[in-house]
Amino acid sequence: MNFSYLTDPAHWDPSNPGSIPNLILSHLGYTALALLIGAVIALPVGLYIGHTGKGSFIAINAGNAGRSLPTLGLLMLMVTLLGLGLLPVLIALTVLVIPPILTSAYAGMRNLDHRVVDAARGMGMRPWQVLTRVELPMALPIMLSGFRNAALQVVATATVAAAVGLGGLGRLLIDGLAVNDYSRVLAGAIVVAALAVLVDLFLALIQRLIVSPGLKGS
Amino acid sequence: MIQYLTNNHEIVWQALQEHLYLALLPILFGFAISLPLGYLAVRFSWLYHPLINTFGVLYSIPSLALFVFLPVILGTKVLSPVNVVVALTVYTVALLARTVADGLRSVDPVVVQAATAMGYRRTRRLIDVELPIALPVVLAGLRVATVSNISLVSVGSLIGIGGLGQLFTRGFQLFYLEPILVGIILSVVLAAIADLIIVLVQRAVTPWTRAA
Repeated sequence: MNFSYLTDPAHWDPSNPGSIPNLILSHLGYTALALLIGAVIALPVGLYIGHTGKGSFIAINAGNAGRSLPTLGLLMLMVTLLGLGLLPVLIALTVLVIPPILTSAYAGMRNLDHRVVDAARGMGMRPWQVLTRVELPMALPIMLSGFRNAALQVVATATVAAAVGLGGLGRLLIDGLAVNDYSRVLAGAIVVAALAVLVDLFLALIQRLIVSPGLKGS
Repeated sequence: MIQYLTNNHEIVWQALQEHLYLALLPILFGFAISLPLGYLAVRFSWLYHPLINTFGVLYSIPSLALFVFLPVILGTKVLSPVNVVVALTVYTVALLARTVADGLRSVDPVVVQAATAMGYRRTRRLIDVELPIALPVVLAGLRVATVSNISLVSVGSLIGIGGLGQLFTRGFQLFYLEPILVGIILSVVLAAIADLIIVLVQRAVTPWTRAA
């Protein structure tokens, strides 16, 4: 194994647009944007379905349907329809993150202990208070695990953006392969895997900080 | 789209066959590896967390990275379908070994004790009692692995491996919508059929789950 691409300081120079730090930044940029847009769309829908029980069929099947949709195909379809650019990549990645976020928001709300919700109502909480002070905090661990799942998938999948000419760490894989530079391919593989682990650790830390201490250990 | 299909049915048919074989072979291998691994993780409980964490990391490696990187480790050619099969087997094991372990752990200890009291030895008890009870959980994991494998195979087209992904890259290069649409639809339909088959098998082999 040849680590020379990874260890060459020139490839870590931030002033060079194709350097590893800049690729990491653009990679994280696609990831964060897709997660943000996906969460804005999927969270309200998942919470609503979980809260009311209406449309459970959609929430349960969204996960499997989303997994079966090939992201590369969707990406190339979007590029063919909309032209090259950030938009097709964002659409494809957002479609990827919606199912896990939606399904976990639904599952989080469905798995609530109804006695706790009843107790909150009995204490005189208004529906809005029940939602924001009881239901949401209790659903948070499951919701966040779905979000972490989505983040892991999108960090790994954002590499395909390079296949349609965009940046991100996929550049190292695609360009390295194109010129038979395996050292570069290896660098790409290692950095993406490390990034996935780091993002997951970061989200685990956030989860630890924002999940109510009363729910831990359960 | 119909016209594209009639004009290119040979290419599409071949891509479909390759796709099926590249997606399902890893499922078979992965299932065969996951059963003993998952069992070991339950039998020797200190193995459980290291195993789960290792697979968590393996699962986070992007498929594209694994496809292009495996030739370096295995010494195979870049264009060899073996890379895709091995990579997807790794993902399948990463997913299924955990499911098998969780399924076996979910077996009610009272049931295991009853089986032991009736004279079942470890191996027979595993095959006749614990595995059947764990089967719904294991098959749920198998559904996830099968569906995600079928959609992942198409990434292989970026490194020149066959399958429905070839239709994506072809359409992309020619800026031609039809092959991409055909590829996506076939891939989704294939996943849905495979999923349905597993559900039907599960209903057939675990009749007791329907009683509840």
